[in-house]
Amino acid sequence: MAKVKRGKVVRYNKWGYIFLIPFVAVYVLFQLIPLFRTFYYSFFENYRSGLTQIGPNFIGFGNYAKMLSNPDLWMYTKNTLIMWVLGFVPQIIISLLLGAWFSDPSLRLKGQRFFKTVIYLPNLIMASAFAMLFFTLFSDGGPINEMLMQIGVLKEPYQFLTNVWSTRGLVALMNFLMWFGNTTILLMAGMMGIDTSLFEAAEVDGATSTQVFFKITLPLLKPILIYVMITSLIGGLQMFDVPQILTNGKGDPMRSSMTLIMYLNNHLYSKNYGMSGALSVMLFIITGILSLIVFKFSNGKQDK
Amino acid sequence: MKKKVLSALLTTAMLASMLVGCGSSNEAPAASTDAAPAASTEAKTEAPASTEAAEPAAAEEGKVFNIYCWNEEFKSRLTDHYPGYEEVDGTTGKIGDITVKWNITPSDDNAYQNNLDETLLKQADAAADDKIDLFLIEADYALKYVDTDYTMPVKDLGITDADLANQYQYTKDVVTDSNGNLKGVSWQGCPGVLIYNREAAKAVLGTDDPAEVQKSVSDWDTFTATAEKMKAGGYNMVSSVNDTYRVYSNNVSGKWVQDGKIVIDDNLMKWVDDSKKMVDAKETGTFDLWSDDWSKGFYPDGKVFCYFGPAWLINFSMAADTDGSIANQGGWGATEGPQGFFWGGTWICGATGTDNASLVKDIILKMTADEDIMKEIVVADDDFVNNKPAMEAMAADTSYQSKVLGGQNPLAMFCAGAEKIDLSNLSAYDQGCNEEFQHAMKNYFDGKASLDDALDLFYKGVEEKYPELTH
Repeated sequence: MAKVKRGKVVRYNKWGYIFLIPFVAVYVLFQLIPLFRTFYYSFFENYRSGLTQIGPNFIGFGNYAKMLSNPDLWMYTKNTLIMWVLGFVPQIIISLLLGAWFSDPSLRLKGQRFFKTVIYLPNLIMASAFAMLFFTLFSDGGPINEMLMQIGVLKEPYQFLTNVWSTRGLVALMNFLMWFGNTTILLMAGMMGIDTSLFEAAEVDGATSTQVFFKITLPLLKPILIYVMITSLIGGLQMFDVPQILTNGKGDPMRSSMTLIMYLNNHLYSKNYGMSGALSVMLFIITGILSLIVFKFSNGKQDK
Repeated sequence: MKKKVLSALLTTAMLASMLVGCGSSNEAPAASTDAAPAASTEAKTEAPASTEAAEPAAAEEGKVFNIYCWNEEFKSRLTDHYPGYEEVDGTTGKIGDITVKWNITPSDDNAYQNNLDETLLKQADAAADDKIDLFLIEADYALKYVDTDYTMPVKDLGITDADLANQYQYTKDVVTDSNGNLKGVSWQGCPGVLIYNREAAKAVLGTDDPAEVQKSVSDWDTFTATAEKMKAGGYNMVSSVNDTYRVYSNNVSGKWVQDGKIVIDDNLMKWVDDSKKMVDAKETGTFDLWSDDWSKGFYPDGKVFCYFGPAWLINFSMAADTDGSIANQGGWGATEGPQGFFWGGTWICGATGTDNASLVKDIILKMTADEDIMKEIVVADDDFVNNKPAMEAMAADTSYQSKVLGGQNPLAMFCAGAEKIDLSNLSAYDQGCNEEFQHAMKNYFDGKASLDDALDLFYKGVEEKYPELTH
């Protein structure tokens, strides 16, 4: 009897594994193998000069030494993080606010569906198309400058893309616009998952809506918040398309808006797989560490 | 229930982002099909004229002829002027029983070269019908290809020096490898001139006569002095500092890279100094070439005095087809300018390993050395062709007038310019060095960096592109 039962369990397991095969196969082929090959390539001098292939010659940690001795790497890391934070902070605030409003049945908001769709729409536009649009809008002789001059705010065109903070600001603004809808929907989903009896109980006890938000919604939302935070951090560190298109791949002015991946992309001009491999590995490690910090930090609080 | 809503939302979010991903990867082919119909209809009009059959290709030759290039220009030249070429559709044609396949990759972001490099590197192992037979290159990176075995010496194709005797020397210098072998041929000459806004010249200098205007731009000192007058008259001297860049960079005294080290020529530093002064005095901008801001000067409201460019810029790039542009009204004039220079030009190279060598030879000879076809190209396409007698005859012809230039015949100026161009200082690194230099200096001109920081940025950029170089 017992034997038959165990057999059944095994048979169910088998189906589980079978259903996993497509994912695992695709994952191993397109993610895991390239990941390990990147590690492997990063130990070689391997680039192309014109049509002449140099290497691959094994040079140990040579690429890493060269990369780390270059002070610019930290500048690019800083740029990336600054632009991410600039975009993420307003994004999370607005999303929490909108999420709270949308998920609060007592507000009886009209046209919810419409607005939920509309705020998600910017995400459906390609990042590159969006960046092209902003590039044109904010160019020296573009419509924004013309408008500002006509209503008398500016005397002469403001060169948005040649000033450090306006460029970074535009990148952050675009990332904010593209992602706040997505974050709102995620947070809203989390909020709707909270047991409504808790809110009712709070109401009965006479809690204000601020208290409800900070004492009930936020703590219970933490798992989703951590998820949003980590995915956004990973996405932020890999920021590429928006600043790349907006600054024409240059990261102007003086590379103050050049992100780590844009720097990696520079190495691909000469097919420098060694250096770009080393950079990828370092980015992998940085991402891992930062994600761990976020995770530990948020979990640690919960233990109290 | 709540959980279901959550998972449904998460799934839609994920699906949506996947769709976005798909969208971007689909974009490229869509764009290329867009361009094709326009080109084919344009080309079709001329096609029926070609009834003459092409020379029968030798029996052992391949049936597919692959051409790699970055725009429609060569295709329309071949369609219009090569006897026996028939257009099939946007990306294929026929010469006799050989199918011509066009592989057109735009040169933005180096895409053309990346594609060409990958294909050339696989050339030896490719099936005969997939091998590149003929590809086009530009001067900026000519040596990258010419100085390798991937391009065929033209004499191996059976083209003799006598066949090319009428061509301008500089067009040969560009594509001569380090062993003295000629590896490519061009049908164009691209000597440049200073193209000025006649209205601005009349308003500020009191005349729009080319000889008189030349006196105000004869060297860089008078050029900068004129810039001040233009500023006072409400005009920018040039649209961008990058307009003058080629004029300085074509007149350098040494190569960009000497013994593996990057060397900045004195004439380029003069460009930096002159340009910085002009930018500070607000006599010009720092826009990238081809940007919207840069091309505003093609219209009267753009208030730009001059551009620097060769025949193709005048004819194809200055919005001559758009109502209201200066070119449309014939409002430009041409004069020699401070220094001679050239810009662009396309060279035809035969790829090593081609299975259609005789067709490569015939296309090169017909398209670059046949005097009748050369004359046809001048008349039909306003090109400046690479044939001295033809161009000199046209230059002397008073009936030839350029509409864009208000009836002026600029060819004599181009002819003189083409003889003067000296390209002994080209290097295989020119493209990367020029791009990085202009970009780094833009930061300096805009006041975002000191000159030293900008130079550092330049070295940094070049060394990323060419890891083997130092400074």
